[in-house]
Amino acid sequence: MENTKISINNLTKVFFKKNNSVTALEDISMEIFEGEFVCLVGPSGCGKTTLLRILAGLETTSVGDFEIKLGKEDRPLQSMVFQERGIIPWLTVEENVAFGLKMRHLPKSVIKERTDYYIKKVGLEKFSKLFPKELSGGMKQRVSIARAFANDPEILLMDEPFAALDEQNKFILQEELLSIWEETKKTVLFITHSIDEALLLSDRILLMSAQPGKIIKEIKNDIPRPRNIEKIRSHQQTTKNFIEILNHLHEEVQKSRK
Amino acid sequence: MKEEKRALTHDPVEVEQQEWKKRRLNERWKQTLTIASPIFLLILWEFLSRTNLIDVRFFPPPTDIIYTFYNMSVSGELFHHIGVSLYRIFAGFLLGVIPGIVIGLLMGLYSPIRHFVSPIVMALMPIPTLALLPIIIILFGIGDFSKIFTIAGSVFFPVVINTTAGVINIDSIYLDVAKNYGANSKDFFFKIALPGSLPVMMEGIQMGQAIALLTIVAAEMMGATSGIGYLIWTSYKAFLLKEMFVGLILISFFGYLFSLILRYLQKKILPWR
Repeated sequence: MENTKISINNLTKVFFKKNNSVTALEDISMEIFEGEFVCLVGPSGCGKTTLLRILAGLETTSVGDFEIKLGKEDRPLQSMVFQERGIIPWLTVEENVAFGLKMRHLPKSVIKERTDYYIKKVGLEKFSKLFPKELSGGMKQRVSIARAFANDPEILLMDEPFAALDEQNKFILQEELLSIWEETKKTVLFITHSIDEALLLSDRILLMSAQPGKIIKEIKNDIPRPRNIEKIRSHQQTTKNFIEILNHLHEEVQKSRK
Repeated sequence: MKEEKRALTHDPVEVEQQEWKKRRLNERWKQTLTIASPIFLLILWEFLSRTNLIDVRFFPPPTDIIYTFYNMSVSGELFHHIGVSLYRIFAGFLLGVIPGIVIGLLMGLYSPIRHFVSPIVMALMPIPTLALLPIIIILFGIGDFSKIFTIAGSVFFPVVINTTAGVINIDSIYLDVAKNYGANSKDFFFKIALPGSLPVMMEGIQMGQAIALLTIVAAEMMGATSGIGYLIWTSYKAFLLKEMFVGLILISFFGYLFSLILRYLQKKILPWR
């Protein structure tokens, strides 16, 4: 488990616009290990999405670099589970899940097999021929998750995938994500502003400060797996961690108000 | 009122069924109104014309126009005009739509092309193609091609502008998804850019279709020897107003028919909307 999978070295990102610069991320260094589920928690606008977008290859760094270790040759480096609206409306559920595999031009039989497997895994067999307009928010995010897992990347990046869901659906999807994840043991970097979510899912929680975004604290969350919401809620360590994170976030929000 | 009804029927299903029946009746009534409106107009016209309340010379009664329509159909003269005009409309439509889509996609996908071409498009767009008709006739003669070219010129602009807008306005999250999942440029074009721009592009094509019909009439007024526009124009000049109305009604009919066909195609092509 202690093999470094992602290493980020002194990464800084500045946005520059008309003589006005904003430091979104400042001197970020961290390591994420193979098979680890890491949650990045911070106040909104702290640059956590920017960090994820940099790792996803959608944004460039200003200074510093990062490395994602390649395991198997034919594997994509990373796949992202986007916030809501991330699935493509003109492709059916099936085509959306197969999207990454199709972009890699894998043999048709492989695409079919893996797509079917993950569609079944997220319980959307009956809906595989439908277009996203006919799906609920929760089902759409299931498609998004299935698409990322089907692509079988080295690491998974998740950008608040459950933020737009109602609480019931959120619980269900979180547990489903955990069960799929436990089967594959992928390295995951998961962004959230929900403390509960971070405590349920992660092995380790990284806390970020408000602008400029820095990683200021790390919390180990070693409640044994397999987990579910009840187990996490009733565990005494959870309360301690919850309060610690909450205090930290309050502090940051206060700071950014000044 | 409400109280009374509640007292009469206690079954909730029955109450809702009554409501539903009322709503359905209301829908039917609206449908009837839609169908009745053109019929009402025709009857009114017939009446006013027969009773000489409006000038019969300018507004011959619809039944007379239908009779003229029948005579012209029997003689085969009408079908010749229709055939010629439809050919010009289709050819001109395609000649405008296809380059419009190609150039529009290029402009949407490649910003240098967009920045170079869009001032030209913007500058040419306000010039009515019909005003260029004399030059077009000098260049291409009085044959079919000059009419086809005129129509193409008018159809091109809404299509090119809407296609460009369609590509540019694709939600950036889909571009991110494509990039994140490693789409190459060919896949990006066929899986993201083309399908994503289709809805707005189709709007442009709808507009182009309407413009094609508007243009054909005017284009056939100059240097033409056949076609619906020619029929309208020569009938008007010879003061054969019934024949002229036949031409006008044909244009209106085809306009309606084409927009129905395009709307049907739109539903077929864009099942995901």
